Amino acid sequence: MTSYLIRRFGLMVLTLFGISVIIFVLLRVVPGNIADILFDAAGMINEAEKRELEQAFGLDRPIPVQYASWIGGLLQGDLGYSYVSERPAIAEIAPRIPTTAKLAALALGFSVLLGVPLGVISAVRQNTGLDYLLRVLSLSGLSMPSFWLGLLILMAFVAYFGAIPIYTEPPQTWWDELLLFSVPAAAVGFRSSALLMRLTRSSMLEVMRQDYIRTARSKGASETTVNFHHALRNAVLPIVTVIGIEAAFLMGGLIVTETVFNIPGVARYLVEAIRWRDYPIVQNLVMFIAVIVVTVNFIVDMTYAALDPRIRYSD
Amino acid sequence: MIRAFSALTAAGLVVGIAASAAAADAHRGGVLKIYHRDSPPSASIHEEATFSTSIPMMPVFNNLVLYKQDVAQNSMSTIVPDLATAWSWSPDNLKLTFKLREGVKWHDGKPFTAKDVKCTWDLLMGNASQKFRKNPRQSWYENVTDVTANGDFEATFALKRPQPSLLALLASGYTPVYPCHVGPAQMRTHPIGTGPFKFVEFKQNESIKIVRNPDYWKKDRPYLDAIEFTIIPNRSTAILAFVAGKFDMTFPTEVTVPLLKDIVSQAPQAVCKLVPTNISINLIVNRESPPLDNPDVRRATALALDRKSFIDILSEGKADAGGTMQPQPEGVWGMPPEMLKTIPGYGDDLAASRAEARKLMEKAGYGPNKRLALKISTRNIPTYRDPAVILIDQLKEIYIDAELEVVETANWFSKVARKDYAIGLNLTGNAVDDPDQSFYENYACGSERNYTRYCNKELEVLFDKQSMETDLEKRKKLVWEIDKKLQDDVARPIILHGRAATCWQPQVKGVTLMVNSSYNGWRFEDAWLDR
Repeated sequence: MTSYLIRRFGLMVLTLFGISVIIFVLLRVVPGNIADILFDAAGMINEAEKRELEQAFGLDRPIPVQYASWIGGLLQGDLGYSYVSERPAIAEIAPRIPTTAKLAALALGFSVLLGVPLGVISAVRQNTGLDYLLRVLSLSGLSMPSFWLGLLILMAFVAYFGAIPIYTEPPQTWWDELLLFSVPAAAVGFRSSALLMRLTRSSMLEVMRQDYIRTARSKGASETTVNFHHALRNAVLPIVTVIGIEAAFLMGGLIVTETVFNIPGVARYLVEAIRWRDYPIVQNLVMFIAVIVVTVNFIVDMTYAALDPRIRYSD
Repeated sequence: MIRAFSALTAAGLVVGIAASAAAADAHRGGVLKIYHRDSPPSASIHEEATFSTSIPMMPVFNNLVLYKQDVAQNSMSTIVPDLATAWSWSPDNLKLTFKLREGVKWHDGKPFTAKDVKCTWDLLMGNASQKFRKNPRQSWYENVTDVTANGDFEATFALKRPQPSLLALLASGYTPVYPCHVGPAQMRTHPIGTGPFKFVEFKQNESIKIVRNPDYWKKDRPYLDAIEFTIIPNRSTAILAFVAGKFDMTFPTEVTVPLLKDIVSQAPQAVCKLVPTNISINLIVNRESPPLDNPDVRRATALALDRKSFIDILSEGKADAGGTMQPQPEGVWGMPPEMLKTIPGYGDDLAASRAEARKLMEKAGYGPNKRLALKISTRNIPTYRDPAVILIDQLKEIYIDAELEVVETANWFSKVARKDYAIGLNLTGNAVDDPDQSFYENYACGSERNYTRYCNKELEVLFDKQSMETDLEKRKKLVWEIDKKLQDDVARPIILHGRAATCWQPQVKGVTLMVNSSYNGWRFEDAWLDR
């Protein structure tokens, strides 16, 4: 187990190194840099002044030197300065992380609490009216673009309540925060819950055909015990994997939701930073998201063993 | 000089009467909430060429002179004192001297003096030890040789040649006075001004906040306690939020004609005004490379334009056709309609124009069996892309099969500077409705914003002649002559001059939309909330 952990950890570090190189090089290969964008805002371009700006930002140095400088700073906790706001990158990124984390957690909670039970019900009541209804619901969740759903929700709120649940200023209490985030969380969680519902249903159906389920029933176990203790527990592995992937995705994939509901989170900021070619922000944010994704995957792998006693990692 | 001071006294009287009438009704207090269309590149007005910066930052500053904020049309006669209390020209019109207001303090408590005026223009003219990261309006001051401080409260601009409309440039929202003791870097992130509102914070992609300056030199202004700009890049969300009453005002000129209909139907109480923006949609034509190095092909392209269709499709008939200068009646310098119609391609007979265009194309060697293939390059933004698509359709009429090439914003100006295009679809905004700004910035031989590098030395002589002319009517005639020549030369064919709306809730008072500039009317010191 220990050597497996070490191997997995080593792989994590290697993956992160690869991501750092790819993102760093790709950013610089894409045409246009911050100097181009700044001059765009000025409606003109002056080549001499542009070169001066590139020099000031250190963009005239060879890419490997720039990379070494970034990684060196990163290892010492120095993320550099945003080219646009001219503030430390950490000061720009840090306040946005909790916002996205809260929204992602709420969305994930919504999708698990809705998707897993409804998936179980759909499997248990296979080919009934309820099953068909839930399948239509899950299909609509998967096929409806979240920006469209988000805008529909906003329009409905404006039409029926004369109010709009968007972020315009920081909420003062946790309750305000919960109310503010619950609508966008539901909008984005609906898609995830649909995915979990379908996955839970198919996984449950597969498990429920197994001999040990028949055995449990023949022993006189209640339907609840059979469904949740015997079936769901064995069907849960792929669901946990998807929950893990969704959790990681939500940290960086809330671009549309954050834009529609005007939430100043990480994803929207990342898109803006890419538009501005604000390299220090983009590369540090992408690395942050990469760390989350890799770590969550690692945790999911470890969870397998806890959930399924048959899985053990040999030395 | 006597005339200038008399005019000022009269203007002062009018300002005084208007101000006291407004003050009688105005309520103090309240926070004006406006949504902002995007995160501005910085908070430094002098370094940007977008009203994303100038609208939220104009209330933080004062100019030497300013367009009167409650008069919709900017003109020389609506320029009023601001940090300057009076101005005068030397007898040879080569020196413009400003008497400065005493007792004014910067928001950090330091006194405002003539040194600040000198520092600001030294920076703008590139004569200071510190530099702006970029300096988009340096060309406005090509004619200024020096700015000197005569004691603490007098500053003089020395000119190479007379230029009466220098005052028009100084009155723009783009021309605040910066403090000497604060560097350009801080002005980008935390500007210090003398204006009615103090800068509080600018959170990238989130909000901009400014609060009332209790020590403002106009003792009864501003009325508002604060102004908050919430940055909402998604236009649908922003409009819905305005309809729901979350905001007092839309971001200026961000409401298109179709969106205006939505607002009027969903929020009938809202006050909306559709005004010209002094932003034109135009073509930049690469006159140095084949096939558009051929004047006949360039002329044919201009003759093929069906401006009415552009106006009908893009603005439901609300936009205006015109030359370089914004059309009358809102524009001061636009050609009279009867003169405009004499320019090829502007007449009522589109079929005849296109027949002439086809003849020119045939003369250049093209025809139904030998069509010209080229690319229409433009930025990947709807306001650029949509007219480009219409243009492609119209060029088909004159044997041109064009293909749309969308260019990402980051690469647009580099591409234009490299002349890596045949025809570009472009938007040009004029901050000041004055020929000096438009002609020198967009058509002068060495100007950085003269994207096509159109260069006509004879016309430049006329640029200077109109610029030096003090008689308004004579100057107008010269300007029309230049404008007509620019269109004849296909220097930058103008397709249309846009209009856009701004809406506010009925409780918002004291806001006047300028009808010939989107950049100059946002001091907000007269704005108040009737709650």
